[in-house]
Amino acid sequence: MENVTMQEQLVYDRPESMASVQTHYCPGCTHGVAHRLVAEVIDEMGIKDNTIGVASVGCSVFAYNYFDFDFVQAPHGRAPAMATGIKRVLPQRFVMTYQGDGDLASIGMGEIVAAAARGENITVIFLNNANYGMTGGQMAPTTLPGQKTSSSPGGRDVEVAGFPIRTAEMLATLDGAGYVVRRSMHDPKNVRMAKKAIRLAFETQKNGLGFSLVELLSTCPTNWGMTPVQALKWVEDAMVPYYPIGDYKVNPALKELKF
Amino acid sequence: MAKELMKGNVAIAEAAVRAGLNAYFGYPITPQTELLEYLSARMPELGRTFLQAESELGAVNMVYGAACTGARVMSSSSSPGTSLMMEGISYIAGTELPVVIVDVMRGGPGLGNIAPAQADYNQIVHGGGHGDYHPIVLAPANIQEAIDLTYGAFDLAEKYRSIVVILADGSLGQMMEPAELPEMKEAIMRTPDWATYGSAGRERRFLSSIYLDPPQQEKTNFRLERRWQEIKAKEVQYKEYFLDDAEYAVVGFGTSGRIALSAVRAARAKGIKIGLFRPVSLAPYPEKELYELSKRLKGLLVVEMNAGQMLEDVLNITRSQIPVEFYGRMGGILPMPEEIEAEIDRMVNESAASDGHPRDRWLARFGKMN
Repeated sequence: MENVTMQEQLVYDRPESMASVQTHYCPGCTHGVAHRLVAEVIDEMGIKDNTIGVASVGCSVFAYNYFDFDFVQAPHGRAPAMATGIKRVLPQRFVMTYQGDGDLASIGMGEIVAAAARGENITVIFLNNANYGMTGGQMAPTTLPGQKTSSSPGGRDVEVAGFPIRTAEMLATLDGAGYVVRRSMHDPKNVRMAKKAIRLAFETQKNGLGFSLVELLSTCPTNWGMTPVQALKWVEDAMVPYYPIGDYKVNPALKELKF
Repeated sequence: MAKELMKGNVAIAEAAVRAGLNAYFGYPITPQTELLEYLSARMPELGRTFLQAESELGAVNMVYGAACTGARVMSSSSSPGTSLMMEGISYIAGTELPVVIVDVMRGGPGLGNIAPAQADYNQIVHGGGHGDYHPIVLAPANIQEAIDLTYGAFDLAEKYRSIVVILADGSLGQMMEPAELPEMKEAIMRTPDWATYGSAGRERRFLSSIYLDPPQQEKTNFRLERRWQEIKAKEVQYKEYFLDDAEYAVVGFGTSGRIALSAVRAARAKGIKIGLFRPVSLAPYPEKELYELSKRLKGLLVVEMNAGQMLEDVLNITRSQIPVEFYGRMGGILPMPEEIEAEIDRMVNESAASDGHPRDRWLARFGKMN
């Protein structure tokens, strides 16, 4: 028999910016995907030792355990204010918040709008899964009309509970915003688009172009009562039509960037 | 250095600047606003950070974030705004970060008014935020003292990884007095072994107030309590006036203590052997000192600009061993020296009451007038 020399080629590994620990996220949850994308971008930009993350309250409260760089943990909704404090005294560092929709679009709406309006040079990774995941699937500001949750058992009645908030579109109206887009993580193509957007968000910060936010449509199979595959399908069929994928604010200078 | 005529709010702000304040985050609220206004020009002039936040919630969380990096930071507010900061104060205490907060108290509850009051004693000294924590609380009675306490507050905060509150009131914030400013320090950015400023050249760190495992939380709380024991043993501050031969004493802090001193002087001029005990650190409270003093007195009069919040602590400390009386003005009204003098006369000349709570007796005397 002929001798065959096998050359080992690494095609997939844990990004350096991710800690080597198991996460607490439910099977099928897209938090893990979002974490990985952020970590890959930070690795590729070589800014791991120069980045400070701000975790929020919700399912991603333990994000500081999963990212392998300096992290702080904010009170519910206040991550953009904490990030502002850090960025203002350490303007050369990269500062990122990682927030869910209950945290950012409900209790923290004041802080996020003010940070965006100030053109705060921070990057916000915003996961929208249309409910409060950590506390067991209650109605969030992003819950779709008619969507059943544990606090809207008959489906969200907009006559009583009002209408969902399209965060990216709203923040994009502010002059301080440099880069505000919405992406989804329901299939490989969209995951790749999401990663590119995360990169552009950090490039926005690197180039001092103001506030950057990537809204990521995400799954919550456990609280939605779906399998992971059904949940991905629901993002595509129910969420994307209400929350269109798109670029809502892109500073023209970003188009010139090469990386 | 020569004395300058300065407004209280401005003096506190400049004292913080000279103490090496690196970043200030605040929100306008009367009667504290001049502090923020002054720093809005002064900090950028020195290349330091000033930011007007969207709210006191924003301000306290910006201070929280900036403190995580090792920067010397401060915020300031007045009573209703301080109430809003309570969430952040609890988190900062739970994360064990050094932060200085100035509270220039005004009339309340609710929106109240913008006149001076001392009704934040309970929310500051006994913790308005949730959980077991103890801020260090310092109460100046004049502008020089406000400068000196503010200047030293940052070292104290950093020494114990603790919150230090400068508890002033609207009259101190607004009045002008000649005072001397301390030496100027450069903006201070420390790199203590807990701070998160980017992990280059070391293991990464995180700062949080979350301990999901109850035994870990309890361990943390024990650590905080032990640290508080150390602070109680080492950081007590108080002032004594005419107490050497005193048979009676007034107890008052900040502005009410200062006004009481005029009444004490007037009573002394009439031959009454009375002095003033003025706690400067409200937390840690000079418990031992007040207790020892009370053992050689015939009676105490507690004077406050509230309905007797510190009174409860005084009663607790003196253990009902001597008669205690109370006189308070509320809602933004300052007690006049003559009013306090009349209370001193009454305490000295009438036989000591043994019935009921001092607050009840005060209400019986004054409550019906309004």
